[in-house]
Amino acid sequence: MVILFPSKPSILACGAVAGPLENKSVFKSYFDAISEDERWGQKTNEQGHSKMIQEACNIVMKKVDLKNLDVDYFLSGDLVNQMTPTNFAARELAISFIGLFSACATSVSSVIIASLLTELGASQFAIAGAASQHNAIERQFRYPIDYGAQKPATAQWTVTAAGYALIGKHDPKLPSVVAATVGKVVDYGEVSPFHMGGAMAPAAYDTINSHLKKRHQKITDYDLIMTGDLGKIGLKILKAMFAQTGAKQEELELFRDAGAEYYGEDKAFQSGASGAGCSASVYFSYIEQQLKTGRFKRVLLVATGALLSPMSFQQGETIPCTAHAIEITME
Amino acid sequence: MDPQEYQQIEQKITPPTPYFKNALKAFLVGGIICTIGQAITYLYIIFFDFTDKTAGNATVATMVFIAMVLTGLGLYRKLGAFAGAGSAVPVTGFGNAVVSAAIEGRTEGWVLGVGSNMFKLAGSVILFGVGSAFFIALIKLILVSMGVVEW
Amino acid sequence: MLFFSFLIAFIVGGLICVVGQLIMDVGKLTPGHTLAILVVAGAVLDGLGLYEPLIDFAGAGATIPITSFGNSLTHGALVEAEKHGWVGVLTGMFEVTSSGISAAIVFGFIAALIFKPKGKAN
Repeated sequence: MVILFPSKPSILACGAVAGPLENKSVFKSYFDAISEDERWGQKTNEQGHSKMIQEACNIVMKKVDLKNLDVDYFLSGDLVNQMTPTNFAARELAISFIGLFSACATSVSSVIIASLLTELGASQFAIAGAASQHNAIERQFRYPIDYGAQKPATAQWTVTAAGYALIGKHDPKLPSVVAATVGKVVDYGEVSPFHMGGAMAPAAYDTINSHLKKRHQKITDYDLIMTGDLGKIGLKILKAMFAQTGAKQEELELFRDAGAEYYGEDKAFQSGASGAGCSASVYFSYIEQQLKTGRFKRVLLVATGALLSPMSFQQGETIPCTAHAIEITME
Repeated sequence: MDPQEYQQIEQKITPPTPYFKNALKAFLVGGIICTIGQAITYLYIIFFDFTDKTAGNATVATMVFIAMVLTGLGLYRKLGAFAGAGSAVPVTGFGNAVVSAAIEGRTEGWVLGVGSNMFKLAGSVILFGVGSAFFIALIKLILVSMGVVEW
Repeated sequence: MLFFSFLIAFIVGGLICVVGQLIMDVGKLTPGHTLAILVVAGAVLDGLGLYEPLIDFAGAGATIPITSFGNSLTHGALVEAEKHGWVGVLTGMFEVTSSGISAAIVFGFIAALIFKPKGKAN
């Protein structure tokens, strides 16, 4: 289902922070801060994860001179069990909080909820976004950090990054959310947690198709359709799916993927980046800034999420995936 | 698009597993690790008065020690990413599995973290090693008492 | 002669690792499954009386791969079973607990004392 936002809630400000390894990211000049320490001076990876979320939110508030008390809602999620890093960050921020789990699609699902609250008039300022910290996520989903395992070419690297956006009333000088599509959960039977791009591509395809159809739009109505973390191989698969159903070459060139581009062509990262902070830190830095300067007029941001757990993988379950989309315009 | 059609697209685009290259890397690295083990065995025999049979245990312990240092420095992870089974199958890989899990559990304390997590990866190796030893010895004992085979 | 023994250790050790790699790649199994299979294989080979000759031939090429772990446990159980029958099956395994396990426990503990996990890409 497509949701329309007639009042066009705007992205008032953004904040993106990243870890030391993200110095290698092609998007690094768009980030607000890069930490030298992947634990942000904390004792555990999980505490560092939480601190990173707080830092990103503080940057957002500072940019528009808001205090925690002025913000109505904090909508966020991460990938750690029960989302404790986000919960603990919410404790420090002391803002009304709803935790959201859409895996790596949380960057967009949180903005959808924030836009709805704004549209309702229930929220004047809402902070929405997502984050991930490499060490905390890897140890939970895969192997201990220092375990020597060989990963296939389809494997992706969980980023250490957080991206948050402040959603508020329409401002004609700022990028605005005009429509959104909440994705279905799609499962085409992929079982390998080292091939997330392949698992998530059908979900992205389904959501993009449905959004375009319900909005009576063509791919070329957009300057850019950017998926979250399909990775290099996942993006190729997504393009092949659209090619199969009749998309032309110039249309396919409008598709980009945050995860595929995140670390450039560095082979060490194999198929590219992933993690809840991947799309969040690109959407709420690079994309927002490009919209603000008017380089993009209309973009579709499609964050993709793999809804698995380490246990579901061990029990032999396939990987259900989802993708949520927001359409953002700049006047 | 139905799942079957999708799977065709996915298979066409997903790069194939480089079987030969992976096997070659595993062969070289695994071979080198075993050669180092052989050298250490000789050192124990020549300099420390060990025999052919007893040098084995000392060698294994030394190899695990080396694995600990490499794991702690973050080097075994890189070796594993390159060599696959070449660094996982030698006893150093067993050491790496135990040591990496132990290091990682540190933030949850010595009992619940290090103690409980140490054999998270390596535990199944112990289970299947001890389990199969028990059943094989049992089967052989039965076969011998039935007079089918001799010790 | 010395060079020859190194060469054999290299080739035999390398080949056992190739078997492991094929189980992972062709069989699409995790490293955990692969190592469990190799340990059981080592135990079975010893049950058939084949692993000790392999060690005599290849030295570290046969003792360093994880297969030797299955072999040493089985070997201990078999030797004791021969001497003491049913009871020996159990006591034998206790006597020859692998030095690999003890070493891994001790060094794992020490490593937890001094190292922190590192999350750096290659």
